[in-house]
This record gives sequence, structure tokens and C-alpha cells, in this order.
Amino acid sequence: MGVIKALDGNAAIAHGVMRSKVQLVAAYPITPQTPIVETIASLIDKKEYEATYITAESEHSALSAIIGAASTGVRTFTASASHGLALMHELTGTCSASRLPAVMAVVSRAIPGPMALWCDHSDIMTQRDQGWIQLFAKSPQEALDFTMIAYRVSEDERVLTPTMVDIDGFYCSHLTERVDVPSEEEAEKFIGDFKVVNAHLDTDMPYAMNNLTSPGIFTEIKRSQDLGMRAASGVLDERFEEFGNVFGRRYSRIICDDVEDAETVVVCMGSMSGTAKHVVKQLRASGKKVGVCRIVAFRPFPSRELSGVLRGVRNVAVIDRVSAMGSFGPLYEEVLAAMNYGRIGANAYSFVAGLGGRDIWEQTIEDVIAKAEELGARGETCQAPIWIDLKEEKVVYNA
Amino acid sequence: MPELDLVSKGMTTCQGCAMELIARAALEVLGPKTITMTPPSCSAIITGNGDETGWGIPCVQTVLMSLPAFASGVSEALKIQGKNDVKVMGYAGDGGTFDIGFQALSGAIERGHKAIYICCNNEAYMNTGGQRSSATTIGATTKTTPTGKKEVSKNIDFMLLHTPLAYQATASVGDIRDFKRKVAKAAEKDGPCFIHVMSPCPSGWKYPTDQTIAIAKKAIRSGMWLLWERENGKITINRKPADFDAIPEYLHSQKRFSRLDDETTEKIIAEARTRYQTLLKLSELELN
Repeated sequence: MGVIKALDGNAAIAHGVMRSKVQLVAAYPITPQTPIVETIASLIDKKEYEATYITAESEHSALSAIIGAASTGVRTFTASASHGLALMHELTGTCSASRLPAVMAVVSRAIPGPMALWCDHSDIMTQRDQGWIQLFAKSPQEALDFTMIAYRVSEDERVLTPTMVDIDGFYCSHLTERVDVPSEEEAEKFIGDFKVVNAHLDTDMPYAMNNLTSPGIFTEIKRSQDLGMRAASGVLDERFEEFGNVFGRRYSRIICDDVEDAETVVVCMGSMSGTAKHVVKQLRASGKKVGVCRIVAFRPFPSRELSGVLRGVRNVAVIDRVSAMGSFGPLYEEVLAAMNYGRIGANAYSFVAGLGGRDIWEQTIEDVIAKAEELGARGETCQAPIWIDLKEEKVVYNA
Repeated sequence: MPELDLVSKGMTTCQGCAMELIARAALEVLGPKTITMTPPSCSAIITGNGDETGWGIPCVQTVLMSLPAFASGVSEALKIQGKNDVKVMGYAGDGGTFDIGFQALSGAIERGHKAIYICCNNEAYMNTGGQRSSATTIGATTKTTPTGKKEVSKNIDFMLLHTPLAYQATASVGDIRDFKRKVAKAAEKDGPCFIHVMSPCPSGWKYPTDQTIAIAKKAIRSGMWLLWERENGKITINRKPADFDAIPEYLHSQKRFSRLDDETTEKIIAEARTRYQTLLKLSELELN
């Protein structure tokens, strides 16, 4: 059986990496991700964990080394955040298009400017179309579990697509909770050894990888990649179920609370969903028909499942922890697409909150719900995102 | 000659390009148990297009900025797999080595991964049509220095003297035997090796395509290109420049120097002399 430890989100991921029998880690420290790589380096240094650790001189080189190692046929891991993830941007596309099943932890932190150390999703959202599966964990336990699940999904022959496991900077990365860490034997029931199944660098069977690709075949390669990503939906369901059977902890691509008969549903991701769940429970106790739907898998997006949940709902309040300046938040746009998929005619409102580490309180969620209900009652459409936690007096109006 | 030709014949490199010959020579030494990588550059022409490749060995096109980091990953993965007999060869140009890739190179050398980095220096970004790099000789015209480059080139070899390379060498397509000997030496090392090869470019340097080897030989003879190696803390000069006064002849053989004034020519000659004198002094020292 596993061991119960007090771990924060970062340490939980490090243990998840060790239990996933990752063979090579290459990384570069950046707040708030640093403790992940420190913990892994330290476990290796103390010989508690046998793996190769490349102390890259930048995030760009870290992901380059991961691609090199994964192309050669070993199980790999890296972690980053904010500026570091931005620096990796060039490589995230190379990694996914080469169909390399790498896993990266993203400890979400705002992408400056202005300079900021604290959480929002502006870093990982720049990666949303780079061809990586994206799982949003809300607690240290989930961070560990999703890391292990990520390897099984990414390495599945039907998928062969890398995964980002996202936790919120500080809210989860530095939050210490009770974490059930599987023993080596227990983990073995789920994880298994890494097997290379596609083209790789092998002198016994030479391949040219990541070659210059003409317009005659580029589209078909991207479509093949898209199919691998889409196949990940079903594979995630299978692995969540298998994981639940082995460890007793059950997950799914969307996790809903109190949505049956709900008139207003909050859709959100990451650490704020715990607060949202709490608020919804309280409002339910006072007779309000509200629910919350947390997106766990942002890529591939669970459009069908979400549209099923939103059927019959009157108001949908989507909270993006990122501002899409001049347009609407990425989660909101996904929700609209899912609603169109299922011909859901509910009112949908876009909210921006929690930027650069601004706390999302119970009151913030209550305000979101109240605003959505108020606009819905008036039959108003969503003409622009609502900055729900704004200090209006501090905003500079240039016009 | 080995049984296998590890670089395909009929490459789509420019006529008179030295890079193909250098690749062929390197693999004649390293053999089929080699994995190579090229950044997007002239060298990527060998890695190929679509389902065609010029390499008879596993190859991967990296991004421009970080070929040495890719090599770090490949090298360590091979170690994990117990494939200690497989060699890793990075094959890049001066842009990917001197400029955008310099940080990754310094990192990979410092960490000590076993790999051989070959820099084919054609003194500009030739694959994008010939823009100056920090390796371009002062006075040379390029697409971004139409009246001649104003700055002296970066001496990457001297910069790398203080890095923990297991083996460091300069070489030239004008002396393939010397180059192959150096590749063979690098292949024996259990750490990072750097071989900087002069690779004249008829398209960018603007000389007749049958003159590549002759120009490379002129560079060696005149001291514009020095042949030396560093091993076990000791620099060895492989060839003493015969005549610095032959530098103008080297320069005049290429139209890229057609705008050169006397002052710049003198500066180029003076620098070549100083470079050699510095190297001579360095060769007397224990560098480790």
C-alpha cells in the first residue's frame, strides 16, 4: 500500500515522476515550479530514485534535451512556468508533431508584463494549440495522480501525444496536503516500463525525424496529430477508470457538482474550482439552484460531455483566469463551441478573474453567479468579458 | 573506403559546396553507428526534404537555437539504453554555433555530454540567402552588409579555450586528411568535442564553383585559417602559416571582398598575424 505524506503540489508531482519510472529529466528552475526540479534532483542525488537529470542552461534547452532523449526512446519529464514555458514555445510544437510522449508539469504563473510571480493561466493558454494534452489538477493528490495517468495516455499507441499537467502556482504548488503516495509495487500495477512504439533514433533502423515537410503532406500530418489528440478523450476515460480500480481515486475529464436541475452553472478550471464547489454547496443549502462544472481535460476539450451537462441550464458563467484582450477568454470560447455542438441555448457569460495571483474568494464566485443571474434575468447577451474582481478606481482610461 | 556510403550521392547542396564533402569524410571515420542532427541551415539540406534524406544514419532536424541541447538528450538516452558504442554528431553552421546556438553549446559543453559538434563555417547565414553572421570576416559583403561588414569576426575557438571540452580542433575542407584524423580523435573521447571546419561557399563568397578546395588551401597557407587542436590541456599547432603576405591573394579570389579598402586589408592581415602569435604563446602553456 501507499504511504501517506504531507506534500505540496510540487513535491507531489516529483513523487509522481519517480513513481512513473521516468528515465530522464531535463529542466531549468523557475518560480513557482522550482521545488519540483529540486525535489527530483535531490531524490536522484540521494539515490532514492535512479534516473538521469540534465541541468539544462535554459528552459529552451531543457525541452530540446527532452525531445532528443524522447526521440532516442526513453521516458522523459520536464517542468516549467510562465517565462520558461514561453521560452519553450518553439519546442512544444516540435515535440508534439514528432509524436513524442513526453510529460511536462506546468505550474501556472502569469506571463508578464508587468513582471509577476503569481498564478494565472496566461502561460499555459499560449500552449493550447501546440498539440499537447492539457490536464488541470486542483490538489497535490491530483497532481501526483494525473502525472502517472499522463504517461499512460501519452504513450498509448492510439495517442502518442505529449501531456502538460497543470497546477496553479502557489495555490496548489505550495499548498501542503495529505497525499497518498503509491508504493513502488503499487505503482507498478499501473505504470509499467516504457516501450517505444513509433519512429525513433536507432542505428539499427535509421529514420530522418522532423524533416522539412512540403505543403503536399503537412496538412495530413497535422490532421493525423489531431486524430491522436482526439483519441486521447477515450484513452483518458479508460485510464481514469483503470487508475480508479487500482488506487480507488476516481477522476473524469469533467467533474461536476450539483449540476442536476441547476439553473446557473459555473464553469472553471484549476484551484478556484474548490472554492466554487464550496460556494455552490452553500448556495444550494439556501435553496439556490446552482452547480459547478470543472474542466479537467482542457485538451482534448470535452465538448460532448460539457454540452450534456449544460442541457436545460439557464445561465452559464465561465471564469477564465486569463484575459484575452480584445476578445473573450479561451475557456469561454470552448464552452460556446461545446454549447453549439449540443445546440444548447443557455445564456453564457464570460468572466475574467484571478489575474497575476489575485485571490478568488467565495465572494468572487458569489458575485459571478449573481451577475450571471442578473444578466440572464434581463435576457442580456454577453457583449464583453466581465472583469469581476476589478478595482475600477485604479484603471487608467486613455480614451 | 567503408562498404556503406553513409551520405547519399546527388545531394541538393549548391554546386561546389564543401559541407557535403565534410559530412562524408566525418562519417567515413565515425561509421554507421552514429546518430546525427542538423539545425535548420545549409546542413539541413543533407537531413532532407519530405521522405528523402541524405544521411544513411538516423538523423533529426532540431531547432536552430539548441542543437547541442538536443544532442545532450540523445547522448544521455543512449547511455540509459547502454548503447555506449553509438556516437552522437551535431552538424551545424556558423549561425547555429556562433550566434543563436551559442548558449546551448556552452551549456552542453559545461555539462560534459559525450558528443561531437562539427561546425561547418561558411561565414554567413547562407541558407537564408547570405546574411552576415558573427563569423563573417570584416569587409565582406553580405545581403545585410552590402558595403562590407564593419566588425571583426568572433573568435569562437579562443572563446571555447576555457570550456571543459574533451577535445577541441580547427580543421578545413582544404585538408581532409587532417580533418579525418581529428574526427577519429574526437570519436575516442568520452566527453564533448568541438571541431570547427572552414567550409568555403561559392554562392556566398562569390567565386567559381570549382575553386572551393583551392580557396580553403589558400586560407591555410596564408594564415587566414589556422589548423590546431587542444587536448589534455595542450594546444598543438598542426600547420605553420606559410606566408601572411598571401592573404590579399586569398581575399581577391572572392568577390565578397571586392569592396575592401587598403586599410581593412591591412587590418585583416595584422589580425591574422596576431591570432597566430597568440596561438603560438598559448601553445607553450598548460591550459588545464
